[in-house]
Order: sequence, then C-alpha cells, then structure tokens
Amino acid sequence: MDKPYPNDYYKQLEEIQAADFVLVELTLYLDTHPDDGQAIGQYNQFAQYSKQLKRAFESQFGPLQQGSLNSSPNVWEWSKSPWPWQI
Amino acid sequence: MWTYEKKLQYPVKVSTCNPTLAKYLMEQYGGADGELAAALRYMNQRYTIPDKVIGVLNDIATEEFAHLEMIATMIYKLTKDATPQQLRDAGLAEHYVSHDSALFYNNAAGVPFTAAYIQAKGDPIADLYEDIAAEEKARATYQWLIDVSDDPDLNDSLRFLREREVVHSQRFREAVEILKDERDQKKVF
Repeated sequence: MDKPYPNDYYKQLEEIQAADFVLVELTLYLDTHPDDGQAIGQYNQFAQYSKQLKRAFESQFGPLQQGSLNSSPNVWEWSKSPWPWQI
Repeated sequence: MWTYEKKLQYPVKVSTCNPTLAKYLMEQYGGADGELAAALRYMNQRYTIPDKVIGVLNDIATEEFAHLEMIATMIYKLTKDATPQQLRDAGLAEHYVSHDSALFYNNAAGVPFTAAYIQAKGDPIADLYEDIAAEEKARATYQWLIDVSDDPDLNDSLRFLREREVVHSQRFREAVEILKDERDQKKVF
C-alpha cells in the first residue's frame, strides 16, 4: 500500500523502533538478571541513543511522546501529526 | 501511570485489502489467548506476585498493550477500504451489521471477549505457570496465522510477534526459578 509520508519519516521512525526494541528486550532481561553490569551498560547506551534519535525526529515531524515540546506557538502538533495506524 | 508514544513497537505493513485475514487476526485481538487477555492477565496479577518478579509482569503486560495496538493496526489496515460485499464474502457480515467497520474485542469466530479467559490465583507459581502456558498458546496461534496468511508484508510483523511470545515465555520461566530459589533459601535458614 502507498506510503503517505516522506521516506525519511519511515526511515527515522524505524531507527527509533529498533533502538527502543533494544531497550524493551534489555528491560525484560534485566528484570530476571538484575546483576548483569554489561547489560546495564548496554541499556544506558541505548537509552541515550534513543533520546537523540527522538529529538531529531520530533524537530522534523512533530511530537512522538506526551510531554515532548510543542515547537509551534499556536498549533497543537500532538493531534496534527499522524497516528501509528494511519501511516 | 502510562504515557503514550506515537509509534508502533514494530512496523506494520499490509500488501492489500484483505478482510478474510483481518477476521483470522481477531483471534489475537479479543480471543482467549490474544493480546488483550495477556495484557489484562499480567497487569492484574502483578499486585500479588512477590516483589522480585513484579517487574517481569509489569513490563511484559506493558509490551502486550503495544502488541494489541499492532494487531489493531493490522485489522484496521486490512479492512478500511473493504466494501460491505467484500466483508460479507469474508464472513464478516455479522460483524458489519453490529459494528460497521469499527474494531471490536471478538475472537475470529465472533465470540466477544470475556474476563473468564484469564485467571489470578494469588499463588505465584500457579499464576506464572498460567502465564507461560498463555505465551506458548499465543506463539502457536501466531504460527497458525502465518500458515494461513498469504500477505508477505503482514507475515513479517506476525513473525516478530511470534518471537516475542518465545522471549516472554523464557522470562516467565526464569521468574519461576527465581521464586523457587527464594523458597529454597528460606528453608535453609
């Protein structure tokens, strides 16, 4: 089916999905292996990387998360940008 | 509390309008071994499970809600352009007359979701064994869905979800071992 948004939107979003998947997977792993320092190191590394990717995405395509900055002074961008099932 | 992120956990692409496939996917939306049942089961059991494994239930429950959103996205995309005739041909006339093109928490046979699908026994081992079984049943359901699906784009997302059930099952098995170790230590001292 057709992609209604620019290619860069999907590319950057997939990078975020990949980084956040590492975080989800490490979170579950650490829930049952809480003393694994190497995994905690990886977790922190990806937590920072994910934040960077999200900042770059949000400056171009609008807020991804509740609590993100609304960069327009008079347009509520949260309800303007597409919902996940619409892209 | 939870905050919403405006993204799916994993991309969902569908090749073409396919209400028949959407009907099958409802098994994972409102079915006994589906994502809603999983999310509600773990989210509710977490209050009375020992502290050491609360995180496992809390975090897997949260991920299940992300999976529910992926399944909903699949059903929505597969049916949004379907005509009433196409829905009828797919066996969704009964769904259409009650819900139009809205989603609903039914299984593939149209049976509405019920809390009777899930349990909270208060016994940690009993609850975790139910959770392991739930993950294995969901994994099997994803396999049967992949087997009947002819949409390669959709199958990619279904394979991701099938693998997540394997990981969840593994984490629940580890939670059982953590509790058994704790119990054995108590006996020694």
